[in-house]
Amino acid sequence: SSHFFRQDIMKWNGWGYSDSRFLFNKKGQGEFTGKRYRLSGMILPSLKDWFEATFGTSLQHKTPATPTLNVSAVPPPNLVEPFVEELKVAGVAASHDPEGRVFRSHGHCLHEIFALREGRIGRVPDLVVWPNCHNDVVKIVELACKYNVCLMPYGGGTSVSSALECPLEETRSVVSLDTSQMNRILWIDEKNLTVHVEAGIIGQDLERQLNESGYCTGHEPDSMEFSSLGGWVATRASGMKKNIYGNIEDLVVHIKMVTPRGVIEKSCQGPRMSTGPDIHHFIMGSEGTLGVVTEVTMKIRPLPEYQKYGSIVFPNFQQGVSCLREVARQRCAPASIRLMDNEQFQFGHALKPQVSSIFTSFLDGLKKFYITKFKGFEPHHLCVATLLFEGDREKVLQHEKQVYDIAAKFGGLAAGEDNGQRGYMLTFVIAYLRDLGMDYYVIGESFETSVPWDRVLDLCRNVKERIVRECKERGVQFPPFSTCRVTQTYDAGACVYFYFAFNYRGLADPLHVYERVEHEAREEILANGGSLSHHHGVGKLRKEWMREAVSTVGLGMLQSVKEYVDPNNIFGNRNLL
Amino acid sequence: MRVRSSSRLAVILKLTTLQTLYSTDHPGLKKRDELEDMLEERRRSSDARHALRCYAPAVYKGLAPREVSALRGAVLQSDALQHVIGQVSAECGERRELVQEEAAHLLDEMAHRLRLGTVRFFAYVLSKVFKTLFRSVRVNEEGVQRLQQAIQDHPVVLLPSHRSYMDFLMMSYILYTYDLALPVIAAGMDFMSMKVVGEMLRMSGAFFIRRSFGGDKLYWAVFSEYVKTMLRTGYAPIEFFLEGTRSRTGKSLTPKTGLLNIVMEPFFKGEVFDIHLVPVSISYDRILEESLYARELLGVPKPKETTSGLLKARQILREDYGVMHVYFGHPVSVRSLAQGRVKRSQYNLVPRHIPQRPCLAAQALVGEAAFRLVRLQEQAMVLRPWTLVATLLLQNPDGMDLPVLEEQAAWLRRLALSFGAFLDWPGRTCRPVVGAGLALHKNLARVSGGRVRLAVAETPGVGQTAEELAFDRAVGVLSCASYRNQILHVFIRPALLSVALRTANSSRKDEVYTCFNFLWTVFSNEFILCPGASVQDFEEACYLLGKCCAVQESQQDIVMSEGGHATLAFLRALLDPFLQGYQVVCQYLCKETEENLRENKFVPAARNFALQLILAGTLKCYEALSSDLQKNALAALVQLEAVTKVKV
Repeated sequence: SSHFFRQDIMKWNGWGYSDSRFLFNKKGQGEFTGKRYRLSGMILPSLKDWFEATFGTSLQHKTPATPTLNVSAVPPPNLVEPFVEELKVAGVAASHDPEGRVFRSHGHCLHEIFALREGRIGRVPDLVVWPNCHNDVVKIVELACKYNVCLMPYGGGTSVSSALECPLEETRSVVSLDTSQMNRILWIDEKNLTVHVEAGIIGQDLERQLNESGYCTGHEPDSMEFSSLGGWVATRASGMKKNIYGNIEDLVVHIKMVTPRGVIEKSCQGPRMSTGPDIHHFIMGSEGTLGVVTEVTMKIRPLPEYQKYGSIVFPNFQQGVSCLREVARQRCAPASIRLMDNEQFQFGHALKPQVSSIFTSFLDGLKKFYITKFKGFEPHHLCVATLLFEGDREKVLQHEKQVYDIAAKFGGLAAGEDNGQRGYMLTFVIAYLRDLGMDYYVIGESFETSVPWDRVLDLCRNVKERIVRECKERGVQFPPFSTCRVTQTYDAGACVYFYFAFNYRGLADPLHVYERVEHEAREEILANGGSLSHHHGVGKLRKEWMREAVSTVGLGMLQSVKEYVDPNNIFGNRNLL
Repeated sequence: MRVRSSSRLAVILKLTTLQTLYSTDHPGLKKRDELEDMLEERRRSSDARHALRCYAPAVYKGLAPREVSALRGAVLQSDALQHVIGQVSAECGERRELVQEEAAHLLDEMAHRLRLGTVRFFAYVLSKVFKTLFRSVRVNEEGVQRLQQAIQDHPVVLLPSHRSYMDFLMMSYILYTYDLALPVIAAGMDFMSMKVVGEMLRMSGAFFIRRSFGGDKLYWAVFSEYVKTMLRTGYAPIEFFLEGTRSRTGKSLTPKTGLLNIVMEPFFKGEVFDIHLVPVSISYDRILEESLYARELLGVPKPKETTSGLLKARQILREDYGVMHVYFGHPVSVRSLAQGRVKRSQYNLVPRHIPQRPCLAAQALVGEAAFRLVRLQEQAMVLRPWTLVATLLLQNPDGMDLPVLEEQAAWLRRLALSFGAFLDWPGRTCRPVVGAGLALHKNLARVSGGRVRLAVAETPGVGQTAEELAFDRAVGVLSCASYRNQILHVFIRPALLSVALRTANSSRKDEVYTCFNFLWTVFSNEFILCPGASVQDFEEACYLLGKCCAVQESQQDIVMSEGGHATLAFLRALLDPFLQGYQVVCQYLCKETEENLRENKFVPAARNFALQLILAGTLKCYEALSSDLQKNALAALVQLEAVTKVKV
């Protein structure tokens, strides 16, 4: 049935579509399978060398995943029969099929995927329900309250904060409320440039359908292929092109949410209000602890006339950060501007597909010569910024010049559209790479923070170094891959993303080592003035730092809201608080 | 060339003729590195070639390439300094440009101007000088290797002990010789008055700080930003003396925390990942300034540093100063020190260039670290047999028969080793070792008719007054004491316990501890006793005395064991000059009739009081004349609130 559509084309124990994955073919060459991405079907000749050199691995040493889900390992469902009965009467689709329950029992944290690959199944929801519309949700929540059943909203399943893990201490029946069937655009208002959408819609579907009418929301988180509108609202998501369109909190005009106390929404769609603290801010970032977002009104924009990618090479990371800071100071950031450190730059190179002609490789050689020999850039220090400009053609070109002029002041050299475009394309395939690593004893994760400008460099250096140090102290045999990028600029600071992976051969409990290192890395972030999260959210993974992050009074405020809205903890995923 | 020098290290490490500091009959003791004579190669090959060789030290991996020449600008334009310049200009109504100029002036007065040419000149001259002065300069090369690694990984702060002007010359010389990055050195302003030498030192990496600038906000800002900028950028290792000045007594001085605070701050504020503090212990067979120090302690003012004075000091070159030891300790990571102690996020809410008083936890940490580092210096200080001989001679002012002295020295050696002393005792026999010490220090001890005694005059010379004689004798005693003092840190805790055992009313542990704690508090300015560690020190003392079978412990009691008499008596005698000296200070203060004694009058008056007692024959302890002791005693009395300081 259509309920299982996504589940059928997606991996049950890895990232993304089942047909798309990285592998090393018989010749030992890297390859990306499938047809969905620009990289699909291509050979990546440098990947193997990079992979082996970076992680100290050998392709001889494999750690393949359990191929299929062992259904008998799934715990039997704990069902509240009258609840199930009444759902059926109300016409809400439900299932306790084990595969569906396992599929909705996790997000994409390393430990979650690692366990699945080993065939270990923990606590999973006892039942999955598929409401079809707002009223279905109202009915489900009523029944959950009536029978004291625990509800866990499920959107795209891309969480990386342990938010979708069933709390181990939960003894009630746990019901996964899958919003995927609430995926319709209800109306488009061209006079006010808004769209009213059911919250279960997946990012790429929303964008595609709006594009057909000549519009877009412009909200493009890296997970947009799979993440849902409701999820964005519940986690305070951020999109790649926020410099033009804003983050989710800037895009949302109206939210409807069903809670155990009833439905919460505003009475009008005024663009800004002074009516006490904005109740939207209780909803955004509530991470499924208060209710289910069912419908959202969002701003839309006409599709941009022109898009142009770009890239800049800097002699070192410090210069790159200074440039981004200046761009932010002049408030002339392109739709997107991202700065990769040297390790990521080299990593990007490892993912270059086979060049089709001698001419291209000759050109590449020339470029490299120009940058390293003629301009004196040190290959182990230089770093790259990728850019995306959007708007009408003339303005884009003007804008582009402005940014490149600033870059030149910081020793930046324009490095072509291709490199820029490839950088953004990699964003979508990078998540697939972790699965490849896990085939060869390599585990890793990314995490993010936001930090004032003056601390960006110090934070990046200290966190990367802390990761290296902690790995060493915990017996990791080979230096880890510890790298970062600045992915967003703001007036007062930046968003920084860390990638961290290591070869776990020889470790008795690699997951534990991994978790400790990530923990210490977060401690380092906080000690260096970084935030607990820029957009991933808190979930259960970062709960321990919430009090420190928002103060005891702040935490008390949030708790009292929860207390009022959901006194019986029906929305019992235990995130955040 | 770099390869050559590191391969030299490797080759030397493999040499089998290594002289071990520990004979194998003390396997339980702390493992210490072996020491190599670094002058050996200097005696074999050309000094000129050494001075001119290719010098390419490994540098900090995070060193920003262009920073070096831009140091001055970086300091003057730094947010931190600009902030204070703004404040100062607002406070005193001065134009900002003028304050900026003043800051630039202060920086120029302060800053070093490290030049390789000058360093090479020094390398040449010092090679000659050191070869003349010292039989050998022994360095733990493993420590040098550790330092080399540390310099590449993190900003490094070098913290040598300070007993002589030689210290920092020798430090830079060693680092140059081993092809390590040359340090920049915080030096007192007094050197600046030596015109040529001052500039030479500046060009070999010294920077100069005023002795006191407590209230001067701008000076402080320039100074701290200068140091922090060099540290943050990994420009060069920073070197300074925790003790603040040369110890005139041979004992370590209570550490000053000002500079340590400054160099640890970049870590607290997240500006560097870590900072490594490297304690360095420098010890001398004979200190060049030996009798100068004794005279200073007796109130003869320190001669002003002048270039001509330095030239006069050439006669120093004619004497034999034996062996010098330099031990590079294990780097201490500030990050590890601060782990779980200091919340770095306290700096999150204020821009980091705005001066912020460190939280109490950070202050406490810096204080503790300072003591800990001085303790590390002490523990790695190489002790020579002469220090034991001097100790024994001071306890026997009437002299000792040579065989008795040798026997006692052998006994004391065993005791010191069992307390963990880093004793350099060549061979196993006693006679040649004691003989060598006596020969080297013939100005301090005299052997005649098989009897050894301190070389102090018995009767006044022609035209010498009784006072002058007493003064002369005091110089001898204090000079000798400066060697005994080197070994005190080994014995101080058991010695305090020995006295406490004698004075306590019963053998109950808590009563003994009460006495111990009192003495511990009284002497906390005299010896390196880490604040708040009196219980630990008590336990350590009990353990050590138990280990050498001097005391027996039960659940409740601690008593002298049967054979413990000699040990305890020796240890008590060790503290005796200090107890007597402190008593004299107390007597003086009780007798002093003036209502308000001015602080600068205290030392001369107390000295005069002690001198009169000595002349009257009621006091035999010449150490009571030492101004160092008198100042420490006063500080202790102030701490104990027996004396109050008032501002007039």
